[in-house]
Formats: sequence, structure tokens, C-alpha cells
Amino acid sequence: MRIVVDRDLCQGHGVCESEAPAVFSVSKQGVLTILDESPAEELRPVVEQAVAFCPTSALRIEED
Amino acid sequence: MTTHLELREPPQVSGGEQEHGHLEELRRDPIGLMRRVRQECGDVGQFRLADRDVVLLTGAEANEFFFRAPEDVLDQAEAYPFMTPIFGEGVVFDAPPERRREMLHNQSLRDKFMRGHASTISDEVQSMVTGWSEAGTIDLLDWFAELTIYTSSACLIGPKFRAELDQRFARLYHDLEQGTDALAYVDPYADIDTFHRRDAARLGLVDLVQAIMDRRVGAPPATDDDRDLLDVLMSIREEGGEPRFSTDMVTGMFISMMFAGHHTTSGTAAWTLIELLRHPHAMAAVIDELDHLYANGEEVSYQALRAMPQLEAAIKEALRLHPPLILVLRVAKEDLEIEGVRISRGKLVGASLSVSNRIPEDFPDPDAFVPERYIDPRAEDRANPWTWIPFGAGRHRCVGAPFAMMQLKAIFSVLLRGWEFELAQPSGTYRNDHSKMVVQLQQPCAVHYRQRHVESNRPPV
Repeated sequence: MRIVVDRDLCQGHGVCESEAPAVFSVSKQGVLTILDESPAEELRPVVEQAVAFCPTSALRIEED
Repeated sequence: MTTHLELREPPQVSGGEQEHGHLEELRRDPIGLMRRVRQECGDVGQFRLADRDVVLLTGAEANEFFFRAPEDVLDQAEAYPFMTPIFGEGVVFDAPPERRREMLHNQSLRDKFMRGHASTISDEVQSMVTGWSEAGTIDLLDWFAELTIYTSSACLIGPKFRAELDQRFARLYHDLEQGTDALAYVDPYADIDTFHRRDAARLGLVDLVQAIMDRRVGAPPATDDDRDLLDVLMSIREEGGEPRFSTDMVTGMFISMMFAGHHTTSGTAAWTLIELLRHPHAMAAVIDELDHLYANGEEVSYQALRAMPQLEAAIKEALRLHPPLILVLRVAKEDLEIEGVRISRGKLVGASLSVSNRIPEDFPDPDAFVPERYIDPRAEDRANPWTWIPFGAGRHRCVGAPFAMMQLKAIFSVLLRGWEFELAQPSGTYRNDHSKMVVQLQQPCAVHYRQRHVESNRPPV
């Protein structure tokens, strides 16, 4: 899987970081960095949570 | 591809022959006006507001264009002349885009602070119902407006500042919100009563903040934990040693920080309660959900961050039917084109939340309260990201939306488990007052409350 972020929509709330800190990091200024764009399969449940709970629906998963 | 020659000017909606165009209609029946724009003109239409044209957009395609546009294409700064006398010069909408972005990223709205806020909000609701008798009557506008003054000041500025506020602050704040007459598009300082009261209210708030600051000069915070935002602002000095921020500026900052989350949350709490009382079946489902969730003795600070599908659906449906902002505005900074229509530089461009939220193709039975539409697989909010827009959308989506949802869940967790409510007037008499740009419930808007006696201790599920 590959994580795609729509930068027009992301506001840096940090929900993804709370759900999957190994994959997402949000700076103090609210800028999102994806630490691992193609995370391992065992991270799928937390990544799916991060996508589902993103308050601005800025994240999606693309399958390889 | 569309060439320049094929572009049409925006079709003009009927009416508006008066001196200030459609201004009087916007002050009297804004939703009627905006519906007519869509009926007569489609996704892109135009009305006249004083000396400017307003291009009004509705529907998914036009809304996506509107909400994705960056600041240098569609700018908010000049679009809200009625806010400057409220915030004061130099605060928020007058500040440059970078400064505004910083302010939007107010640290206190971030996810990791939500649990602490939920606990604060739950305490504030508890403290307000402590004054209630066994049974009584409240005015929804007064009650929720006061509550949300306390919750937003406690969460955004700090509990110490909140502890120094009382009803006086809430009443003055209400006069400020009532000062958002669209007549400001002609003259923000016109000689009318609401503008005089607005200016007096702002001075009154500055006096209250000054009194709080005076008390603090003699009693500086003992430790860092005891410092709130007001202490921080008071401690910032110019090189010469004088305070960097005047009381007027501090008050303006606090007014602006609280503004977006105040009347919006207050109104949504009231409308959620009204709609649940109008729909006993939905109310029963919500109470059942809360009783089950809290049966294991968890705190509100924990549960308010968890899923509550029934209550969330009721809140979302109240928001769709009664969005606290009915029209959001920008100014076109360049010539633009949408759906074959030209938007000339300098025009106001608006998106109508109340009209888009009720487009029948996206929301079947659009005028009915149907919380089921949010339950999977219908999920009509996620299915229509550019027309389910009570919080706006895209890069300008309300940054306080997750905070607001948490706050409403915390408020109803306390209210509906401890109390029963009943409409105190005919159902159809609860309505919004649209005479100002800030929409508020029209008074009277009373409900009865009665302490709830749970028959038996429900076993955990």
C-alpha cells in the first residue's frame, strides 16, 4: 500500500500522528510529514484508522 | 476547452431594484434570496450587495473550486467588513495571510489536547447545572451562549482566565455578535442602534479584561503551570520595557479567538436538542447509546473522544439543516472562470452553506431530520465532501471542527444522562434570527428540564 495526502485539504490536526506515530509526524507549525510512504502490511490497521479519522479527509491509501 | 470568447457573465437573480440592491432582502430573508439564486441561475448566479456584485456558488463543482482556491486567488481579508469593529484594527482578518495561518494553527486545537479539553467542558456543564432545581425552564440561547463563553475561554485562553468571567462577559459578547448587520457593507459605522451597542460592548469587554489584568499585576503567577495565555501576553515587553500589547489588543485577540467557536457551538447545541425533542425516536436512540457507553463508569473525558454514532448523526443532521454560518465570502483577486462563467476581479464570491446542504440530489428528503443518512453505508457527509459543508470544506475547512464535535459530545453526555428535556413552546416556533450575519436562535426559545431518575442500573453490555 501507498499513502497519498491531499495537501489542499490537510490542516495539520495531528490525528494521524496519534493513530500511527510510526508513519505520520505533524510539526508544531502543523506541517505533515509522511515518515513511511509505503508502510509494512502489519501497520495497515493503524494506517486505516488514521485515514478514517482524518478530520479533513486528506488521506487515502492506494494499493500497489 | 473553453476559450475566453465563450465565457458568460454571471446571470443576475431577480429583485434588488432598491438603492442597495439585494441588501434589504439579505437582511430580511437571506436563505430565501440564496435559494432563489440557485433556482433561477443554477450553480453560479449573482446578486447585488450595496455597490458590489456577489457571485454566489452552490453545488459540488462550484464549491470545490471555491474551497480549494488559495488566499491569493480568493481572499477572505476584505470580505467581512462587519468584523473589523468587533475584533479591532490589526486582529485576524486585517492581518496578513501568514499571520492568520499562524493563528489558525492555535496549538490548543491539536488532537493531543482534546482529552484535557473534554474534561474541562464536562466540568463547566456540571457547574452550570449545579444551580438547577429539580425541574425548571431555561432559554436555549442564553443558556448555551453563557456555557460556551466559559468552555471556549477555559480551553483556548486558560481556566484561570475563565474563573474570572461571569454573565457580564457573556452578555457583552452577545451584543458584539448582534453587531454583525450586513449594513456594514454600506457603512460599518452607520448610525444604527446595533452598531452603537456593538461599540459599547467592545469597550465594556476591554474594561473587564483591564480589571483582570490589574489584579494580576499585584499577583504574578507563582509557577509556570499557573500561567495562562493572558499572563504570557502581559509578560511580553518592548525593548524599552513597556508592554507590547495594549489591553485593547489583548481583548481583540481574545474576542477573535473565541468568535469562531462561540455562536456556532452554542447554536448547534441548541438545535441538536430541539431536533432531538422534535424526534423522540432519535432522542431515545441517543440516550440509549449514552447509557450503554457510560455503563462501565468511564469519564466523559474518555468517551467524548470515542465514537458515538447516534449522537454524532444527530449533531451532523442539526448542522446540515441549521448551519451556524449560512454564507461564507471571499474577494476575487484575479479574473476567474467557473462552469463557463466569468468572475471579474474585485467581485465578492460566496458559497451558500444552507443551500448546498439541502441539495436534493445529494441529500434525499433534504428538509427532513434524518440522522440515519450518516450511518454506513449511506454516509452522506463523506459521500458529498463538497456539498455537505456545515464546516466549509477544503483548505478553509473550520479548523475547530474536531474540537466542536468533541465539545458537543461532552455537553450532551452530561445533560442527557442527568436530565430530561421537553419543548416549552410549539415546535414550529423555534427558528433562527437571520437579521444579522451571525445567525442566532430567535427568542423566546425555552425548554423545560427535569432531573432524570434512572429506574434501574443497566448492566454493562
